[in-house]
Parts: sequence; structure tokens; C-alpha cells
Amino acid sequence: MNIHNYEKLWLVLAMVMIIGFISTVVYGATAVGIEMVNDEGGTIDSTALEEDDRFAEPRVEQVGDNEYEAYVVARQFIFEPDPIEVPANSTLTFYVTSPDVIHGFEVVGTNANAMVIPGEVTELTVELNEPGEYGILCNEYCGGGHHTMEGKLIVHPEDEFEQGGETDE
Amino acid sequence: MSEQLESGAPTFLDDYPEEAAVVKAALWSSFIALALGAVFGVIQALHRTNILRVIDSADYYTVLTAHGVLMVVSFTIFFLVGLFTWATVRSFDRGVESIRYTWTWYGLMVVGTLMAVVAILGGFVPSLDISADVLFTFYAPMQAHPLFYGGLTIFVIGTWLAGADWFWTWRAWKAENPDERIPLQGFMVLTTMLMWYLATIGIAIAVVVFLLPWSLGLFDQINPLLTRTLFWFWGHPVVYFWLMPAYLLWYTVLPTVAGGRLFSDPLARGVFVLFLLLSTPVGIHHQYVDPGIASGFKAIAMTNTMFLLLPSLLTAFTVVASVEHGARQRGGTGLFGWLRALPWRDPAFTGMMLAGLMFAAGGFSGMINAGMNINYLVHNTIWVPGHFHLTVGTAVALTFMAATYWLWPQLTNRRLYSRPIGLAQVVIWFVGMGLMSNAMHVMGLFGVPRRTAEPQYEGFEFVTSFGSITELRLQLAIGGTLLFISTVLFVSNIALSTGTPKLSGLGKPLSEPLSGAHDSPEILDNLKLWFAIAFVLVVLAYSLPLASIISRGGILGPGVDPVPMIIEPLGATLEPLVASLQPPLGRLAAVVGGVGA
Repeated sequence: MNIHNYEKLWLVLAMVMIIGFISTVVYGATAVGIEMVNDEGGTIDSTALEEDDRFAEPRVEQVGDNEYEAYVVARQFIFEPDPIEVPANSTLTFYVTSPDVIHGFEVVGTNANAMVIPGEVTELTVELNEPGEYGILCNEYCGGGHHTMEGKLIVHPEDEFEQGGETDE
Repeated sequence: MSEQLESGAPTFLDDYPEEAAVVKAALWSSFIALALGAVFGVIQALHRTNILRVIDSADYYTVLTAHGVLMVVSFTIFFLVGLFTWATVRSFDRGVESIRYTWTWYGLMVVGTLMAVVAILGGFVPSLDISADVLFTFYAPMQAHPLFYGGLTIFVIGTWLAGADWFWTWRAWKAENPDERIPLQGFMVLTTMLMWYLATIGIAIAVVVFLLPWSLGLFDQINPLLTRTLFWFWGHPVVYFWLMPAYLLWYTVLPTVAGGRLFSDPLARGVFVLFLLLSTPVGIHHQYVDPGIASGFKAIAMTNTMFLLLPSLLTAFTVVASVEHGARQRGGTGLFGWLRALPWRDPAFTGMMLAGLMFAAGGFSGMINAGMNINYLVHNTIWVPGHFHLTVGTAVALTFMAATYWLWPQLTNRRLYSRPIGLAQVVIWFVGMGLMSNAMHVMGLFGVPRRTAEPQYEGFEFVTSFGSITELRLQLAIGGTLLFISTVLFVSNIALSTGTPKLSGLGKPLSEPLSGAHDSPEILDNLKLWFAIAFVLVVLAYSLPLASIISRGGILGPGVDPVPMIIEPLGATLEPLVASLQPPLGRLAAVVGGVGA
């Protein structure tokens, strides 16, 4: 089989590029610590969320010094709780599930972005360093009111959080 | 210009009139779907940008479902079966074994399409208890009317029988030509269909085993992650099912149209074998941000996906080299000066070249989607439709339209109604898609979601780092309008071509490759071997993820009820709760850091 020299060169360059792409992702996963949403959130009976400790009352809980967990229910066509409020310089783990159809969970303008599938719990950890307000939207079509499904994440300045922010407990 | 001179050769219609009738019928079905799809497309482009809203926002999703299904199932696949019938008959140089059989599979595909379209359009008629507002992806537990799933099933069975038709022709040819290499176009058709048989296992199980009986009420629970994963088992290779006919045209027709010859037949075969091997074990890359699937499985899908870039990169080389050869045959010289010698006035040539150029851009945005971590930024944003409007929406669609300008006279013995209109049409498509896709990619980076009737929210605004959302919306709407105009020009041009006078001698033989089939090892033609390897790769990529999904959620996932998608326009009661307890504290684009452990 006769392969032209330019063709061979092109083939080698293409392979180098492909291996380069794979390497960047491996580097991101190992050195930078970007984890994929995976199967660790566990499963749940989506018809009985009201009997579940975490999702019967969607809320934010403090679980460590600067660590928070948000138990979020995405349903046609709202997110609960809304807003989600935490102080700056904290690590927040979202646990998100749905009692009806598949939804999306996107913190607008960031890379916090995951699918929410009935029967599964999506676990997603983010670091919130600066105060600010973010929109949350559903980015998977979920029915006729899909475009109205939105929420809010409020990251309070640390010194204001105790006084004004916490509304859940 | 030499390509306008008639060769005097007989056309496909002269040689195979019965087959030409099937090819024409399939192409017409394709173009009708394209025209309808374009109407729905422009409605969406104007609606979501809030420039013109002629429908209720709840009906947007009916329009979106119709646009998606008509474009990527009906338009593309009807064109494919027409083109593949032409390519099979032409390259083996023998008619189909039974023309009644051929009409049967075409008929099944039409019936299937009509059933699905009735189910979808039923969504506009609230009094009718039929609807399928589930989009092209029909993720359970959203439930469509059984007519939708039934139509889809019959359509896919039609494509299976079509593939069998082409294998039948090959077998008959092989019995008479035992020592010959499979002709290149025939090889492309057969390898593509092997890929399709493998890929459709996923959708067949999802629809026939789960969704159809579930929609008929035989059972009422479903494992949504399982049916979703089975959808993407098919949902990624289907994009290569759209693309392979375009590749067939780039490899076998474009060099001839450019006045040259294909650079390398062996490489073309190698590329199609690579697509057969790698198209299917990658579908999980659509599920990078899904719960319930371990990271390792996602990493395997990503690795396969990246290697799938290889055949497309090889294609870029071969196609450009073949076109350059054509240009030099036509007297072109210089490092880039040969570009001037190409037949740019020919809409078939210019359309295919612009389609290829857009495919390069789409390839690059696809590489970003494929990157597991950077995908977080763009997943389910409008970046994604921006990407696939470059690939299926231009590389495939524009190639199909351009190739039709070349092929149509050979199916009808009539000249095209207007070549200048054809040329304007392909350029308008290119410009329109440039604008629309650019706006979509940029808005996606700012988080604007896809599949949303009104991406204008009450509690927050999208923040841009350059440009403004208003300007981008305008760009999207102008682009979408140009695409609609281009489609109207295309379909009208073909329709008007039925009225031009009948001529003889419009046939255009295809040129032979510079490096022919005999330069390649015979093992390339061993279809059984390649299919077996492809099958093993799919088993390796999917058996563990599927086993894990079933063991987690059950084969019929516990605790998930059907949610029929019959959409009523919504009242104010379903408006979301937007609490703004605090005044805006300002925004910083990248505060939420990496999704760290």
C-alpha cells in the first residue's frame, strides 16, 4: 500500500494532536482536580422524595467549617430551595434530584453544570471564593414551562452571612 | 467551462430507469422534510431571540420537536437511502435484485415518518389526544403518543431493509465477480450500513423493549438513565450516518466536479473502516455530566471519541489533495494560486467546498465538546446546537444540496432550472450559517441554554465578556432567516427543474482514483472481520456501563412514573418563584471555581 509522504506526515501530526487532547484532560483530572459528575451520588426512589431525609425539605446545611451541602429538588418548573445561600470562601456540594422528568442544573456563567435524572442523585462540588449572585437555570427541556425554570445562588460576604443570609435553619 | 460541456454519456436514468424513480422519490421525501423543517427552524430562530413570536411559548417545543425530527431523521436519512441506492447501482453497475422490494422499504420509511409527524403535529391541536412534544431525544419519563414510537420503529425497519437491499446487490455482484475488489462507492455504502446495524441495536432496544410498550401502558415504570444511555448508544453513531453520505460525495463526486481524481482509494477505504470501528463505542460522551455513570466509563468514551477525529482529519487531507490535483489539471499553479483555477461558478463544487470549510470549524468546536472537563462549560448551552448546525446543518445539509445540483440532471435527463440561483443559494447558506452558528457558539459560552423558548429570565441576566446579548440575538435571527431563504431557493430550483426540457447525453462519469483499490491490502475488503471488531469494541465500551445502570436502577427503574407530554399553554400559576432577597451584589464571571473534589 502506497502512502504519500505528506500523507504520512499529516497522519503523525493528527495522532500527536489527539494524544495531546487526551493528555490535557488527564492533566485536568489529576493535577487540577477537575472531577466528573459520576455515580457516587447514589440512587433514590423519585416517587417518595418526601420520605427522604435529604430531599423532604430541600435546604442548605453547614457540614464543616467552610463546607456546605445543598439538597436541591429540580421539578417542573422550579428549583427548591430558592435562593440557595452560602458564605464566600466555602465549598458547596450540591445534591440534586428530580421527582418528575430529566432536568438540567446550570449555574449561569460558571462550569457548574450537570444533568438531573429521576432515580439518581447528582453530586457536584464547587468552590465559592467571591461574593456574588448567580442565576440557576434548567438547561434540559422538561415540558411546556421549561423556559420559566430558574433559581438563584447567592454567595454572601462572609461577615454578612450569619446576620442576613441564612434562612433555612 | 469544461464542466458545462455535455459528456454525451447516458445518464443513470437512461441505464436504470426503475432505480432512478426510487432515488428521485427518496430525494423528494428528503426535500419535503427539509422545507417543512426550515419553516419550523425560522419560527424558532425568531421566537427565542424575541424578535417575532407567532406561536405560544409552550408550542415552541412542538415546533422544536418537528424541526429536529424532520431535519435529522427525515431529511438526512431519506437523502441517504436515495444516494446509497444510486451509489450501489452505479458502482456495482447492476440494477437492484427486486424493484418491488426496493419500493417496499421506501414505503415503510414513508409510513413511519408520517406516523411520527402526525404524532408530533398533534401537539398543535389541544382537542386531539395525540402529541409527542418530547424533542428529537425523547428522554423518558417524558412520554409521547405510541404513534411516535411506532412510527420511529417502522422507519428504522425500513432503513434495515434498505441496507439488506444493497447487501443483496453486492452478493449477486460478487457471485459473478469473485476476484474483484468491491468498488469504492459500494464499499462505502456497505461499511456505513454495518455501522448502522450495530448502532441501531441501542435505539431498537430503547424503543421496542421499553418506550413503545410503556407508552401503550403495558407497564408504568421505566429506568430513565437506561433508556437515555441506549438513546446515545445510537445517538452518536447516527451523526456519522448523516455524515457518511457527505463523505461518499466528497471522496467520489467532488474530485470529478473539481476536474481531477481522488488522491487515494485505499485511504478512503481505511477511513470508512475507522468509522465503522469507532462510531458507536463513544455515545457516553453525550453523558459526561450525567449522574449514575462512573468517571472511568466516561474516560473510555472520551478516548475513543478523540481517536474518531483521525478519520475526519485524514479526510480533510485527501479531499484537499484531490481538489488541488483537479485545479492543477485545469492549469492552476503556485502554492495557493491553484485555488483560482477551480470551478467556483459551479454550485455543486462551491457548495461542497463551503460545506467542507464549515465542517473544519465544526470539527474544532466538536473537539471542545469532546474534552470531558471543558464540556462542563458548554454542556446543553446553545453552543451545542451551534456546533451541530456546522456539522449536520452545513457539512451534511449543504453537501447534499450541492450534490443534488450535480446529480439531479442524471436522474431526470433535465438540466437544472438555474445554476446562478443554485450558486447564490449555497453562498447564502454559508453566510447565514456563519452568522447563526457564530452567535450560538458565543452565547453558549455565556451560559445561554439550548432548547428554550424564552431564554430571557426574570432573576438574572446573562453577562457577556464581549459583544452584547441583544446583538448576538440579532445575529442569530438574521442568520436563521438567511438559511430559510436559502432553503426556499433550493427547493424551488429543484421543483422548477421538473419543467425544463428533456435532453439526452447529460451523463457524467466519475473519474478513477490516482491510487486505485489494488494499491490497498485485500484485508480492507473483509467486511466480516471489521464488523466483528466493531462489535467487540461496542461490547467492551457498553457492557459494564449498562450492567451498572441496570443494577443501580433496575431494568424498569423503580419509582419513576410516566409524564405524558401534552402541553397546555401555561398560566401565571406556574411562573417560577423568583426571590430576590438581596440586591444584586455584582457579578464576577469566574467565581465558582473548578468542580473540585
